[in-house]
Amino acid sequence: MITMRDFFTGRLVPVLTILAAIVVIWYGAAVALNAPVLRDFEKRAGEQTQGMEFILKTWSQPKPTMPAPHQVAAAFWKYTVGVKLSSNRSLIYHSWVTLSATLLGFAMGTALGVVIAISIVHVPALDKSLLPWIITSQTVPILAVAPMIIVLLAAIGVTGLLPKALISTYLSFFPVAVGMVKGLRSPDILHMDLMRTYSASRSQVLWKLRIPASVPFFFASIKVAIAASLIGAIVGELPTGAVAGIGSKLLAGSYYSQTIDIFAALIAGSICAILLVTLVDITGRFVERRMGVKP
Amino acid sequence: MIAFRPNWQAIAAFLAGLASLVALPFTATMETGASLLVTVIVVGASVLSMLKLRPAVEAVILAVASHGAAWLLIGGLEDAFGTATFGYFASLAAAWLLAWRLVTVLSEMKLTSVTAQRTVSLIVPAIFGIWILILWEALTRGGGVPFVLLPPPSSIGARIVTSTNILAADFVQTVLKAVFIGYLIGTLSGFVVAVLADRFRFLAAGLLPIGNMVAALPMIGIAPIMVIWFGFDWHSKAAVVVVMTFFPMLVNTLAGLAATGHMERDLMRTYGASHWQVLGKLRLPVAMPFIFNALKINSTLALIGAIVAEFFGTPVVGMGFRISTEVGRMNLDMVWAEIALAAVVGSLFYGLLALAERIVTFWHPSYR
Repeated sequence: MITMRDFFTGRLVPVLTILAAIVVIWYGAAVALNAPVLRDFEKRAGEQTQGMEFILKTWSQPKPTMPAPHQVAAAFWKYTVGVKLSSNRSLIYHSWVTLSATLLGFAMGTALGVVIAISIVHVPALDKSLLPWIITSQTVPILAVAPMIIVLLAAIGVTGLLPKALISTYLSFFPVAVGMVKGLRSPDILHMDLMRTYSASRSQVLWKLRIPASVPFFFASIKVAIAASLIGAIVGELPTGAVAGIGSKLLAGSYYSQTIDIFAALIAGSICAILLVTLVDITGRFVERRMGVKP
Repeated sequence: MIAFRPNWQAIAAFLAGLASLVALPFTATMETGASLLVTVIVVGASVLSMLKLRPAVEAVILAVASHGAAWLLIGGLEDAFGTATFGYFASLAAAWLLAWRLVTVLSEMKLTSVTAQRTVSLIVPAIFGIWILILWEALTRGGGVPFVLLPPPSSIGARIVTSTNILAADFVQTVLKAVFIGYLIGTLSGFVVAVLADRFRFLAAGLLPIGNMVAALPMIGIAPIMVIWFGFDWHSKAAVVVVMTFFPMLVNTLAGLAATGHMERDLMRTYGASHWQVLGKLRLPVAMPFIFNALKINSTLALIGAIVAEFFGTPVVGMGFRISTEVGRMNLDMVWAEIALAAVVGSLFYGLLALAERIVTFWHPSYR
């Protein structure tokens, strides 16, 4: 049992120290990276600032090479709280566009992965022929196909949410399929034999033994899958040409060298990822506790 | 004594074979004789498959019949784009069902020798892969799927042969420069930081939760920033790869270094071993499975990172650049050629790492 004190000295203090160190390094990097451009600019303007004044200037450039943390925070605040939800500049709106594609793709990918896993466990021919290909296909950089899928679907008239969601599906079904095959095979031989002595049918074995046994594997693999889904949705937004979503904000930022905007979009994407993973984690713990797992 | 042993694939293949007779010949250029031959092959093989034969004999019959029929069917597509009739698809389905039956027979065979088991476990997925290509080829060319939608594998293969120069240049730019250098720097620095952090418990306790969180973030999003910082050439792509591969390596190495048991560490202490001796002789070997896990994850991440970073701006060479521009020009065969190249590179990379893992961690229970 971890006491509160252990938590503070063993976990919280080290994490906060390192986070503080990251912020300090970040400010230092902002000075180092922005200094050459600023010196150049001042030389042409014929002025010369020194010491602290110069450092402060590097932290408040309108288009810095490396934005300082407070600039990113200010931009993030402005684009989330400072603008209306329906506005094209609202990061909450863009996050929602990306999240909706992520969730749709994740749902389809998980369903597909579970169906594939169940058929692989029940059909020996599929186990021998399909499973090696699923594992091989994980070594293929699937995101390379993303722009093609988007453009092809647009060519036959499918646009909007679905193409992005399909890329998410593509990325998220692998971990679920592989994890669930392991999970559905995890009941030990004694339990399987017991089911046989009950003369249970295959579907009874599936519903009463295999699926309950696979629940921990399921949550472990959907945690990977939902992070992959988000990446799929963001990359899926790149070739659409900056319409909406976090990916399009990244692309627009890179067109106009708006580093502050790129960082703000990155923060929004990271918050989405943390929210999604935490949500899966909490659901998993809740379900496992309801199923009688002792913490 | 001969007895029937019906199976549903053979019955379905038999019916599909008979149904194909209503639409002879199968394509505009296929002769009626050749079409009939296909039907005879699939119907005959399906009847033979229902007899009680020895599994090996049945497998040989099915392999010859299904692939022979498929060969005839694809040969019949010469100058016959999009003219395939109902009979063509029915007999194709029959041949595919026979292949399915073949895979089933092979998977259920009871083999005693290890070499035979290994061979079957290679042949079965190979048949599956071959049939994906056969169906892809026959359906796109026979069904007249527009070239810009999905080119058949044969024209992708032809494209690979005719544009080896472009593919080689893209391979050098993306894989040898961006991926390889970025992967080396990212994994090595992740490893070094993990070993150093492990020396001080405070650092490890702080880095592990942060690293775990960062590993779940969409790190690919830093690509535009790296392009702004390091320019359009491969340096910015290598930088993306460094950032993407650093954290998985850090987290896995830290977890691996924590995986030794108390008993082993106590034993090392009774020997009077120093920190570095314990590290080199006990904890690093124990951490190897974790480290190889990170190396494998990173092999895929590195390729993805380099290819996606090229979507944000490159010189006019590179796999990601080629994919995004050729999609725009509707040269889908070139896109598929790049994807095939990426797939081969990714699988080889992964395969080499798996081989190295086997050699380094020969003691691990999963290989014994």
